[in-house]
Amino acid sequence: MSDTPILSIRNLHAKVADEDIEILHGVDLELGKGEIHAIMGPNGSGKSTLAKLLAGHPGYEATDGTVHYKGEELLDQEPDERSLAGIFLAFQYPVEIPGVSIANFLRTALQAREGKDAELDLFEFQDALLDRMELLGMDPSFAERPVNDGFSGGEKKRNEILQMAMLRPELALMDETDSGLDIDALQVVADGVNKLHEENPDMTVLIITHYQRLLNYLKPHHVHVMVKGKIVRSGGPEVAEELESRGYEEFKTAQV
Amino acid sequence: MPQNDTITDIGLDEYQYHFITEDEPVFRSGRGLNEKVVREISAQKDEPEWMLDFRLKALEIYNAKPMPTWGGDLSNLENVLDQIYFYVRPQEKMEHSWDDVPPNIKETFERLGIPEAEQKVLAGVGAQYESEMVYHSLKKEWDEKGVIFDSIEDGLKNHPELFREHFGTVIPSADNKFSAMNSAVWSGGSFVYIPKGVELDTPLQAYFRVNQEQMGQFERTLIIADEGSKAHYIEGCTAPVYSTESFHSGVIEIVVKPGAHFRYTTIQNWSNNMYNLVTQRALVHENATMEWLDGNLGSKLTMKYPSCYLLGEGAHGSVLSIAYSGDGQHQDTGGKVIHAAPNTTSQIVSKSISKGTGRSTYRGLCQVHEGAINAKSNVECDALLINDTSRTDTYPYIEIEEKRSNIGHEATVSKVGDEQLFYLMSRGMDEAEAMALIVRGFIEPIAKLLPLEYAVELNRLIELEMEGSVG
Repeated sequence: MSDTPILSIRNLHAKVADEDIEILHGVDLELGKGEIHAIMGPNGSGKSTLAKLLAGHPGYEATDGTVHYKGEELLDQEPDERSLAGIFLAFQYPVEIPGVSIANFLRTALQAREGKDAELDLFEFQDALLDRMELLGMDPSFAERPVNDGFSGGEKKRNEILQMAMLRPELALMDETDSGLDIDALQVVADGVNKLHEENPDMTVLIITHYQRLLNYLKPHHVHVMVKGKIVRSGGPEVAEELESRGYEEFKTAQV
Repeated sequence: MPQNDTITDIGLDEYQYHFITEDEPVFRSGRGLNEKVVREISAQKDEPEWMLDFRLKALEIYNAKPMPTWGGDLSNLENVLDQIYFYVRPQEKMEHSWDDVPPNIKETFERLGIPEAEQKVLAGVGAQYESEMVYHSLKKEWDEKGVIFDSIEDGLKNHPELFREHFGTVIPSADNKFSAMNSAVWSGGSFVYIPKGVELDTPLQAYFRVNQEQMGQFERTLIIADEGSKAHYIEGCTAPVYSTESFHSGVIEIVVKPGAHFRYTTIQNWSNNMYNLVTQRALVHENATMEWLDGNLGSKLTMKYPSCYLLGEGAHGSVLSIAYSGDGQHQDTGGKVIHAAPNTTSQIVSKSISKGTGRSTYRGLCQVHEGAINAKSNVECDALLINDTSRTDTYPYIEIEEKRSNIGHEATVSKVGDEQLFYLMSRGMDEAEAMALIVRGFIEPIAKLLPLEYAVELNRLIELEMEGSVG
């Protein structure tokens, strides 16, 4: 692990914004630059809540604890500020934006990175888009389709990876990227993430998943188990294998 | 001073967006609407007797008809109408100074990215040199093909028979109170004739013509697309129109003869003190196609329902519209299709966006007469609400007298969702950018039919409107 973690979470408590139901009950986690971490946990353990909270989803709020990203307090930043600072959330359920092509969407997102006073170079953008699509083995016509509108589960997730490839995050949060994917689609998506990480080994990746199968393709350096809003076990890749053979049951009972 | 108030300075200073002018004597009617005003208008235009009679008869009809009680809130309109001048003679040259244009208007133009020369035209302070060049070369082409594209006044003067044959036949004065009003006091507008079989690639743009004569608030346009012709007419522009008057009531009549194909595009963005009550109708003959493409932004209240009367077998009509209502605005818009012949087809697609306390109403009529077998119509109206305070209503009237027809109707209301906003913001867009992108996507099916420069301006306008829209 490098000396200063890119992300440092201390005693994080969080709840649903409009309700008084606490979901995270004191999470501690450190991610070093360039590391690949996985958080595994059963349904309702709070792992997706953590991912959304880190990206600034308005539906959740932290009630205690701190999150530092690149040394700065993260939780008071707006979602767009976090994005511009290098955080990317690959959604579990990517949202449909009818009438907006992927290319147009990405252009707008990249323009936002340029700021109001600079104009995105459209030729460079087009070249970059084609380059990224080639890297991910996508047909260029894909970029002309309206964002997630009428997409299959696999297409939606591939679109997330394409966005990740274009936005070049420093910290990629992958929220249940494997959900709803068959094994072929899973492999394509995992390959994409691997290529991006090979290209930029400084990119930190946090994979949120219920199942071990994604981790057959995306090799994490560290695996954490989350149960009932707390991280109950951290270790190397062997933790995932343990879970595969023994399931979550013993963690659940161990943690009451 | 003269004995009456018809010859005075232009006297616009009591209005919100005033331009200070030099004291030039210009003809202006008295306030309010009466027979004297109508006679003066007709005399000023040196019209034939039949037109004066037409106007006076329309005035009687106007006076006899009650104010509509449906649609938007017209309760304050009588007061407005008592105060306005029903006729101000268009000046040959605008003598306003660019320095007098209010800074907020200049700023809007600048933020829309409109070149300064064009800004001046839009603000009514300059002539349009560049487009004049374009206009002249196009005019040559039109002349060679026998196309007539004139002001409505010149149409009456120069083509009296063609004019009289069609004028008032599509929208009779008695159609509604405001068509009667327009028929009494109309001034300005276009007269267009496309000869048999002539196809025009370049749209006819009122924009090219209005620099010669400013468009009036009671514009009247008459278009005849002769058999087998094809053309596209564009009215208005997306830049805000800072009218000094608070009332606009136009009448647009179009005759689409057998086999002809005509598209009429309007994009209008009125200042938010404006009552905009417009009657637009096309008679569509055998195997002809009429397309209305209608964008309504701004105004206090717009009531406008472009109509297609499908009179001949195989006729097709479509009404595609976008309405945007901001704070305090009400867009009561939609379309009407009347199937009066067999094998006629139509579609109405309406997209409305309401922001803040804005209100959008879809009001449409689809009528199938007995004997119009195999008539097919599809109506789709989609409303997008930006805030919790925004409002939308849908009034789809369907009257079917012929069983052997196929009528579909679909309506959706959506609210810009938190998930959508979060998704876009998590990619780095701020709230306004995210909102603008969602809105642009929403209107895309219609916006993509607009000529490029209009679509680009519309997009910029939406971006401006979406600033500060959230929360």
